[in-house]
Amino acid sequence: MKYGLPDKRGYFGAYGGRFVPETLIEPLRRLEKLYTRMKRDPAFTNEYYSILREYAGRPTPLTFAERLTAYYGRASIFLKREDLCHTGAHKINNVVGQILLAVRSKKKRIIAETGAGQHGVATATVAARFGLQCVVYMGEEDMHRQQLNVYRMKMLGAEVIPVTSGSRTLKDATSEAIRDWVTNVNDTFYVIGSVVGPHPYPMMVRDFQAIIGKEVRKQLRTLNTGKSLYLIACVGGGSNAAGLFYPFLQSTARMYGVEAAGLGLDTDKHAATLAKGIPGVLHGSLSYVLQDDDGQIALAHSISAGLDYPGVGPEHCYLKESGRVQYHAVTDEEALKAAALLAKLEGIIPALESAHAIAFLEKLMPCTKKGECVVVNLSGRGDKDMQTFMERLTYE
Amino acid sequence: MSSFHEDHQSRVTKRLLELRRKNRKAFAVFLTAGYPSLDSTLPLVRLCDEAGIDILELGMPFSDPLADGPIIQACSQQALNNGVTLSWILEQVQAIREFTNLPLVLMGYLNPIFRYGVEKFFRDASSVGVDGVILPEVPLEEVHRFSHHARANSIDIVLLVSPTTPISRIKEIDKTTSGFLYCVSSTGVTGHSTTVDEVRAYVVMVKELAVHPVLVGFGIRSAEHAQQVASVADGVIIGSEFLTKIRSLGQTNGLQMWIRKIRESL
Repeated sequence: MKYGLPDKRGYFGAYGGRFVPETLIEPLRRLEKLYTRMKRDPAFTNEYYSILREYAGRPTPLTFAERLTAYYGRASIFLKREDLCHTGAHKINNVVGQILLAVRSKKKRIIAETGAGQHGVATATVAARFGLQCVVYMGEEDMHRQQLNVYRMKMLGAEVIPVTSGSRTLKDATSEAIRDWVTNVNDTFYVIGSVVGPHPYPMMVRDFQAIIGKEVRKQLRTLNTGKSLYLIACVGGGSNAAGLFYPFLQSTARMYGVEAAGLGLDTDKHAATLAKGIPGVLHGSLSYVLQDDDGQIALAHSISAGLDYPGVGPEHCYLKESGRVQYHAVTDEEALKAAALLAKLEGIIPALESAHAIAFLEKLMPCTKKGECVVVNLSGRGDKDMQTFMERLTYE
Repeated sequence: MSSFHEDHQSRVTKRLLELRRKNRKAFAVFLTAGYPSLDSTLPLVRLCDEAGIDILELGMPFSDPLADGPIIQACSQQALNNGVTLSWILEQVQAIREFTNLPLVLMGYLNPIFRYGVEKFFRDASSVGVDGVILPEVPLEEVHRFSHHARANSIDIVLLVSPTTPISRIKEIDKTTSGFLYCVSSTGVTGHSTTVDEVRAYVVMVKELAVHPVLVGFGIRSAEHAQQVASVADGVIIGSEFLTKIRSLGQTNGLQMWIRKIRESL
């Protein structure tokens, strides 16, 4: 059966839709129309693939993790190396697509929200490449935690606007970006960084990230691996997971999304929206939301700034409820340990976000067998997290 | 096509019809419930009522108000810090109904309503004397989730149009709204300043298309501004500027005079 989601109204089952002020409805419709047209336009798709190839460094390798495989002694483990993309994470796949749409719609001003700064850096990068004005909203708290990325964005010519409202993190930066967009909608294109927000963003971002899964499918075919396949990706908003999973939804692959359990799911310091959230509306779509008893949005917590978000993409809510994807959560400590392990065994320092996916191997590997195949999406590299590693991991 | 006169006669509709007969413009103010303190809401409503406002929009504070500018954001946050909840707001409305029949609509975001329970919200709101709701995150395409509950409880759902709304859609929204049509004066969030010229031509167009009374809001700051905008509409809504006045003037004669001045200019 064909998957065919979202439906015409932008819903993945009960989740998604378009819950935004009236001012944005017509611009979103136009964007949806433009995207639907461009998706079938060979000139557009050729340009998208050629920029990913010649500028972003795609295709990224699928690396056999030989020593990690030996460590667990079960299925073979492969790493999808999104950490090797230009700017250091998968974020650029989506940004290239959206900026090409911005160019097609003749918008000269690009805005974006960012948490850890990875999406902000990717947006500033591609905006510079196309000579577009770029404004990035970033929570003041995150700016302190990620000073290096703030500087990178500035060097790339972007204006970084500190957001001082609310918790001064990603959720507030997102609200502020939406406010800018509502105000400047006539000349501004809003580049959303994850599979969240009003329709068509969750669909569009997923499609632009689906290059990850498509490449993995092709790479596995050449490797001639066995039939039994497991896919693992971390989930904050959920874009790298959506990109890996989407091309495999109709296959028999078993899929696992890994959320941030922070200090633990039994505490209130976590970012496990799918595990602990309740359906609600945040930032333009109906999806699971971390919230209190009065329906006010709760603060998320994760050691990884990129997972530190109290919402999650609507498609993941659907995939969870339909049972197609299983969602689990790992703690800050487990993620740190996994990052150290990967560095030691494979010579790869993962981003803290991706370390959550690696950490899930502890739970999954004992259930796998030799001859089976596990693919972990290594969504980003750890350079941006060195400060946290230095504070939390001690070496003699 | 439904006509404004055929709608059920809510307090909002009755008041707007009455003003239309008298050839007067409506003056609505937006007050964040529980701002600046929990015990200030009742006296502020009484003050507004006595100063002659026509419709009270009581704001239901939300932690992440993405349609609001810095002033309403700050007031919402303060109200939440004061401990405001949806249940508390409904209790306040009940207390307001003990001293006035002022048309009263609740304005706010969806998540707290979902959490409270949509059906229960409309039932409880109706029973304490709420006349309507304004939910800026709910576009025409999603109103169906709420309209049967609203109708069953005789609550108006006021819909919004904005400068980006195409003409055919303005007509559709006007058909679906009840009470009045909320005309957002410019692209932007609440409190975003606008000039009269920008707004005027657009409001004139909406007014020509709409069957329902047209009230203009977002970014109206002074009596002159209100008067100029109201001259081409059926009334104005003042939010951010009113909250700023509460902050600078407090519950004083000065605040009452500010309201009266605008009321009289319309």
